[in-house]
Amino acid sequence: MLKKKKWVKLSLLSLLAVILLAGCSSGKDADKGKEDGSKGKDTDVLTQVKEKDEIVFGVKNDTRLFGLKNPSTGEVEGFDIDIAKALAAEILGDENKVKFKEVTSKTRMALLNNGDIDAIVATMTITEDRKKEVDFTDVYFDAGQSLLVKKGSDVKGIDSLKGKKVLAVKGSTSSINIREKAPEAQVLEFENYSEAFAALKSGQGDALTTDDSILYGMADEDPSYELVGGTFTEEPYGIAVKKGNEDFVAELNKALKTLKDSGKYEEIHDKWIKH
Amino acid sequence: MLDFSILTENLDMYLLGFKNTILSSLIALVASLILGILVAIMRIAPIKPLNWLGTAYVEFIRNIPLLIITFFFFLGLKLSGLYAGTLALTIYTSSFIAEAIRAGILSVPKGQMEAARSSGLSYGQAMRLVILPQAVKIVIPPLGNQFINLVKNSSILAVVAGLDLMYHGDLISSRTFVVFDVYIFVAAFYLILTIPLSIGVGYLEKRLAKSN
Repeated sequence: MLKKKKWVKLSLLSLLAVILLAGCSSGKDADKGKEDGSKGKDTDVLTQVKEKDEIVFGVKNDTRLFGLKNPSTGEVEGFDIDIAKALAAEILGDENKVKFKEVTSKTRMALLNNGDIDAIVATMTITEDRKKEVDFTDVYFDAGQSLLVKKGSDVKGIDSLKGKKVLAVKGSTSSINIREKAPEAQVLEFENYSEAFAALKSGQGDALTTDDSILYGMADEDPSYELVGGTFTEEPYGIAVKKGNEDFVAELNKALKTLKDSGKYEEIHDKWIKH
Repeated sequence: MLDFSILTENLDMYLLGFKNTILSSLIALVASLILGILVAIMRIAPIKPLNWLGTAYVEFIRNIPLLIITFFFFLGLKLSGLYAGTLALTIYTSSFIAEAIRAGILSVPKGQMEAARSSGLSYGQAMRLVILPQAVKIVIPPLGNQFINLVKNSSILAVVAGLDLMYHGDLISSRTFVVFDVYIFVAAFYLILTIPLSIGVGYLEKRLAKSN
């Protein structure tokens, strides 16, 4: 009798678990509806920024060269950070009138739409799909997929990959791109970039492929590796702001253009990205 | 409810992974059994240095994660993912098998060995003719456990691009953005291997029990 009761309890519990799981997936749609609803009472982000005299940027803090937390100072440093500071200097007249919030590729859109951050400067590629969700500025960094090899390797570019082993990361667009562009290469996929790079270092593959921005970081870490063959896809990075803030986008674009014209952009670029 | 198009559209990837999982498991199963028996013999042989060596092997290998052994062969010895994973699986499982076999042999009453030796058999003969036949029956169930674990542990190959079932499951999942259904099918393929293994072990157990 007791045993029977246990079984009933168990099956009820597992039923509950299934219902909860199902609830998770339908919850997404509900959130979407809420976002749409709140769009109506948008106050202009540019006005807000000028009022509080500070811009809150969402930046990465785990991406070498672009936004990486320096463990000894606790500050995030990188190309994205310096660009954000320079933009603040143009718009608000002081490069210290910025605040940085850590974002990841998964969290950045939600944080932007919630108003937690004013703009995203976090290695974000401008795509058609994303343009439906947020507004982008002009391109501030031209990334593209490339190849990292050991110096002196006979892999010189995308055309010399026949019969070679190329390492990539599971689920990345670069692993799909490389299969299309170099169908005769053998692609091996790993859990993350550090494992893929470790595999390359121990000679498990001839090249590693992903965005050049990430590869530069690896080459920076271990100078016996270099990028070859230029880029074979286009991944233009843009600064994202909440949809419907044309004024803020225009202001950022104006500031970006000033940075490029004055040579400040090139200075920042050369500081982080060494070819 | 289950989306079978996931299975049919990616069948070639599932089957390739399945093939490699069978291959890796089969090799590791045979090799770890042989290695496990050897280590068990070392641990109970009446020669002290061999005992120490066997004990050191078992205690060292079974107390570190399989993942780290795999990385050692993959990154350290630079074997390909499939070989590194299979070798790690063999070594890891052999330490557990050695323990199961040693426990089985030790559970045969001491008097059996003493009686065999005093009736004129050598140590080797006594082992082979008296002790081992009795030990086998005791060892079968735990060995079955180890083999089933081995098949499931072969999913470690996925981490070092060993092209096994789990690796291909990861790829399909990351490409289709479907998680649950993809791995349900992966689990089904593992069951195709582990259920017959369970039944086989159960059958052997029954047959040996009858011979009592």
